[in-house]
Amino acid sequence: MAITSAIGRERTTFDSVTEVLAKANERKTGDELAGVAARSDAERVAAKDALSQLTLETLRENPVVPYEDDEVTRVIQDTVREPVYERIRDWTVGELREFLVDSNTTDEDISAIRPGLTSEMIAAVAKLMSDMDLVLVASKLTVTARCNNTIGEPGRLSFRLQPNDPADDIDNILDSTREGLAYGVGDAVIGVNPVTDNVATTTEILEATRGIIDEYEIPTQNCCLSHVTTQMDAIREGAPADLIFQSLAGTEAGNDEFGVDVEMLDEAYELGKKRCSSAGPNIMYFETGQGSELSGDAHHDVDQVTLEARCYGLAKRYDPFIVNTVVGFIGPEYLYDGKQVIRAGLEDVFMGKLHGISMGIDACYTNHIQADQNDIERLAMLLATAANYFITVPMGDDVMLNYQSNSYHDAASLWELHDLRPAAAFEEWLEEMGIMHEGRLTEKAGDPTLFAGG
Amino acid sequence: MTTTNPPNDHDDRLDRIADRNPSRLGVGRAGSRPRTETLLEFRSDHGIARDAVQSHVSDALVEEMGLFAVQTLVEDKDEYLARPDKGREISAETAELLREECQQSPQVQLIVADGLSSMAIEKNIPDLLPILLDGLDQRGLDVGTPIFVTYGRVDVMDAIGEELDAESCLVLIGERPGLATAESLSAYMVYGPERGTPTAKKTVISNIHAGGLPPVEAGAEIVDLIAEMCDKQASGLDLTAADREFAKG
Repeated sequence: MAITSAIGRERTTFDSVTEVLAKANERKTGDELAGVAARSDAERVAAKDALSQLTLETLRENPVVPYEDDEVTRVIQDTVREPVYERIRDWTVGELREFLVDSNTTDEDISAIRPGLTSEMIAAVAKLMSDMDLVLVASKLTVTARCNNTIGEPGRLSFRLQPNDPADDIDNILDSTREGLAYGVGDAVIGVNPVTDNVATTTEILEATRGIIDEYEIPTQNCCLSHVTTQMDAIREGAPADLIFQSLAGTEAGNDEFGVDVEMLDEAYELGKKRCSSAGPNIMYFETGQGSELSGDAHHDVDQVTLEARCYGLAKRYDPFIVNTVVGFIGPEYLYDGKQVIRAGLEDVFMGKLHGISMGIDACYTNHIQADQNDIERLAMLLATAANYFITVPMGDDVMLNYQSNSYHDAASLWELHDLRPAAAFEEWLEEMGIMHEGRLTEKAGDPTLFAGG
Repeated sequence: MTTTNPPNDHDDRLDRIADRNPSRLGVGRAGSRPRTETLLEFRSDHGIARDAVQSHVSDALVEEMGLFAVQTLVEDKDEYLARPDKGREISAETAELLREECQQSPQVQLIVADGLSSMAIEKNIPDLLPILLDGLDQRGLDVGTPIFVTYGRVDVMDAIGEELDAESCLVLIGERPGLATAESLSAYMVYGPERGTPTAKKTVISNIHAGGLPPVEAGAEIVDLIAEMCDKQASGLDLTAADREFAKG
């Protein structure tokens, strides 16, 4: 299928929708590594121009991985509500952008067309949008979800407390949890990445985090981020898990790299509905990140923004409580520097929320990319009114995963900057504990010895 | 400055938490921001880690450990960071050289790769390698010629294992440096290595360093895992599944 653009000095022709989607991306090293990126800035803009004129129907009819070859494509295509799609199929991607950014278009108006959108359409419009477009639209979308508390309500910003330890030492994990709680974080989830992926460690971490939640009657949820099969085994043996976690990819082959498929995720979801220790109904937690498909050679020559959108299309099947991109974790071969990480973070949060999922972000970087703490503080400031939650670790330094994210400190700074509050029930609890008063940290805040133990 | 804490500066418990924990705990705050000293320590550690990524494993260590040295398709550090595909592959000439100089069809092919931290190799390999060689030998496993790979990614073990027709492969590789340490090492293992083996079919032990899983303990764990892999003829999630079958009887 020849697709052309007449913008700029010369006519540019592309061979396929997949090529146009890839070349329309802002510059990313991952797309260059995959050999699918635009070869020049002029070609990049020509691709954006060509994309802006494609109809949503063309995107629906040309999924980037064929329906018969890929179960993620099937999940996305089969979820489309046909009468809603019929109403918008003639829209161009350019028209979709203008609809989204229009001040008269409300959250409800967007919700009304959402069931007619596919992940490819959402990725396509993200490629046409400037950074400010992305933040503007993501900020007007409200997506709430409920587990033991409610996340995503207007005027509220939540945080995952991530108390990882390089030896899975339970006392250390609990001390880090106490410190985070004393800074007012932890309303999204108290979620631990274990070093050792087995049932015993998973159970021990779930029991310890559930223990402190019960002891102080904290309105939040726990999670141990081992492989989904490990969590399922632990849950079957009685471990108290409020949420079930898994990393997702945007292709069947990518999920195969993670050792999961739709059938397994369906099974986990069904198990969780019966056996999770939380109130629900939203009991799933997913992480994603641009570039993960290519890192497993499972990208089918598709660009990383489109594949990331497809992760959200898959996640949506499970009505997750929280989903976050781990945006700067993967390395310089996919996102080279702070500029690329920030762009990807804005795209991911926008695309997640447009899918209608409770979207957060791990604004982070490793030590082999050209970025530092200022880059991710900047990203957090940009997304404070757009994302449902951020990841926080002690002083921004995760000593187990060996990367940096936002600090426990950043939560109160972001609340202060944008006059935001934690999740309602959690805020009430912080007031009762004397950690927060009228949305600000009290003198007592920041002291882990507020909580017994240690 | 009214809200700088810790409010209980002389509390022993706070000191214990801060001292014992590898994370940056009990650091206090200035308003909602970190205190100046904490902030600058953090930035300093990041500066050191950034510098560590660019360093190389010394030829002396490779020689001392008796490793046969080869290089992937990568030419320099910048290319290593940007092109993981080249860090997983060796040239036809290198493959030829390996077949000429190294033992064919070993039960266990041991590989050391610099990865993202040469410091992880320098600090851990002198303790870990002898333990592994002894331990594997005691289990009666036939270990091939130990190899060092410059600019190697984890999956270079698939290429090398396939070329040498190894039954199983172990790669010890420097992890991305963190701020607390740039010395962390990972051990990835695979049964039946061949190019394109998915990550889920690999078994991993990470965080091997003095402040995490000490090399001596890691050595024992790795030997046990490799023996089990060879016994069950599986690795990664297949090995976990085999365990479950075994447990069910």
